[in-house]
Amino acid sequence: MKKKHNALLSGPYLVWTAAFIVIPLILIVYYGFTDENHHLTLSNIAKITDPVTLKALFLSLLLSAMATVICLILAYPLAMILARMKNGASAIITTVFIIPMWMNSLLRIFAWQTLLERNGVINQVLSFLHLPPQHLINTPAAIALGMIYDYLPFMLLPLYNALTKLDWNVVNAAYDLGANRRQTFFKVIIPLTMPGIVSGITMVFVPALTTFVISDFLGGSKVLLIGNIIDQQFTQVGNWNAGSGLSLVLMIFILISMAVMQHYESDDEGVSSIL
Amino acid sequence: MSNKLIDLQHISKAFDGQLVLDDLNLYIRENEFLTLLGPSGCGKTTTLRILGGFEQPDKGKVIFDGKDITDLAPNKRQLNTVFQKYALFTHMNVADNIAFGLRIRKKSEDYIRDKIKYALKLVNLEGFENRMPDSLSGGQQQRIAIARAIVNEPKVLLLDEPLGALDLKLRKDMQYELIRLKNELGITFIYVTHDQEEALTMSDTIVVMNQGYIQQIGTPEDIYNEPQNAFVADFIGDSNIVGGTMVRDKLVEILGVRFACVDTGFGVNKPVDAVIRPEDLELYALPKGAEKGSPEYDKVSSKAYELNPGYFEGVVTDLIFKGVHYEMDVEANGYTWLVHSTKMFPVGTHVLMNLDPFNIQIMNKPESEDEQAVTLNEM
Ligand SMILES: Nc1ncnc2c1ncn2[C@@H]1O[C@H](COP(=O)(O)OP(=O)(O)OP(=O)(O)O)[C@@H](O)[C@H]1O
Ligand SMILES: [Mg+2]
Repeated sequence: MKKKHNALLSGPYLVWTAAFIVIPLILIVYYGFTDENHHLTLSNIAKITDPVTLKALFLSLLLSAMATVICLILAYPLAMILARMKNGASAIITTVFIIPMWMNSLLRIFAWQTLLERNGVINQVLSFLHLPPQHLINTPAAIALGMIYDYLPFMLLPLYNALTKLDWNVVNAAYDLGANRRQTFFKVIIPLTMPGIVSGITMVFVPALTTFVISDFLGGSKVLLIGNIIDQQFTQVGNWNAGSGLSLVLMIFILISMAVMQHYESDDEGVSSIL
Repeated sequence: MSNKLIDLQHISKAFDGQLVLDDLNLYIRENEFLTLLGPSGCGKTTTLRILGGFEQPDKGKVIFDGKDITDLAPNKRQLNTVFQKYALFTHMNVADNIAFGLRIRKKSEDYIRDKIKYALKLVNLEGFENRMPDSLSGGQQQRIAIARAIVNEPKVLLLDEPLGALDLKLRKDMQYELIRLKNELGITFIYVTHDQEEALTMSDTIVVMNQGYIQQIGTPEDIYNEPQNAFVADFIGDSNIVGGTMVRDKLVEILGVRFACVDTGFGVNKPVDAVIRPEDLELYALPKGAEKGSPEYDKVSSKAYELNPGYFEGVVTDLIFKGVHYEMDVEANGYTWLVHSTKMFPVGTHVLMNLDPFNIQIMNKPESEDEQAVTLNEM
């Protein structure tokens, strides 16, 4: 009786999972490994070795890794300050930092475009000050900046959660046993907040690696990320097979990075030694 | 006992405008076992945290070995703490927890391995090296916290209710172990508890605190036998505290009956409080229906009179067997007296009740505003 009940309740979720997760995944795998004549092939996967695509993939990996590290470095001290503040104050300030998340991502990136453009706000200010204009937009740096700005709250929130849960007596215990601030930070605070760090990194790295919106707005057509290449295959070239093949390659990179993160989450020694 | 090792001078501390410690003065001698005893929230942990360096006093100084360490960082202080809620490193196994302080001080791994073994043996958890703290019971975690502190051989060990989570049997064992440890290692112990029995059995010196004030400092015997005020008397063990009048030196009137006592210097006809321990009251059963003036009554009363020329007459209203003794309530002269006795007096027994003059402890009634803090209603 009870079992039947449970099955009934989980039914809608199973349908959802099948319709919107499993079936699309199967389709991507199918398209990825076939050509337009439905013959089995590895050529879609092999498209990754195309110099332009390969370059885009490496740039994506580089920029998203950079953005993730910078987000982590920016967000960790901030989260620590927030977590140590008195209840009311920290809630308000955290909300202020989270508010951008409620705004449309396109809007946020568009704002950066108008700031960085050749005739954008920054260059106007520079010319007003009789300084030479800077080439800001359509550079990898602009894309990295967009990623950092866009994804910082996603790093901040899990870190803040992990740090508010941290028992400060444990930190005091480390001081008590003779550890200085640096030792306490690396041997106790970091390992104990590892779950927050791992989810923060995942929440930033994965969307940054797959983004095509940020590179569209801030990279123009000059700087392409792997997301743009896949996007082009689907929307401009109309080659679903190639697009799916490249998506699969990207997925493998994401799976590898998540596996690495999981490994560090369970093995804290490893992280404190690499940090 | 030798010179002062730690000296707390005029320490005051407030949280959010609320005074938690008020002009606290206290010194601790080398090798002493000093216990801070008091009800929950009286500032025991705060005092330890100031000693450990985790909290800065608003006013006052902490002197250690003649040096002012008020502003010294916790990791530079020659003392270790066993925290009230264990505070183990949950991401490390037991061995790594214990080794933490030793690794910071760059001891050799051979030395560390020996120390871990030694410490685990000491706290009766041999073979627990590879367990994670989460998989241990509260009592086991507490013992690991003790092991983690003592391997560093600190000059002073601060212990914040370290045995609170243990069951009675284990607590007794650990009390014994801690005292042995203290004598073996020559460490000064500053111990926090709200268990008065624990304080009495373990300490060289007891500091009774209430609401940020020190109520009394003394040896366990002093504190138990000569409580300086009603708060201490009530907090340390059960006692009967009744108002009375000091008629003159060595004579006190309690609830209308005059008793000989040994106290002097309170003046003439001064209101006082008398503290009477339940085990100090002697009961004499009256035969059923014995009227005042009858020979049966006189036989009992003259026996009671031998102890003190004055006695109460009352009825046993409650009786509980406590293992070693019986605990009884005796209604007499409008007060319910708590009496401990190895002899049993059934409920309803008419009794005469008396006590040795030596066992009446006379205390001044609190008068000034300051002394109000001492009264019992806050408990
Ligand atoms: N960080 C803090 N912020 C605000 N108030 C505090 C803080 N630490 C302690 N207090 C308050 O100070 C008072 C004394 O606290 P303390 O922890 O010293 O008590 P305690 O004697 O150790 O009690 P217990 O036996 O319950 O552990 C309490 O009223 C407590 O609420
Ligand atoms: Mg406490």
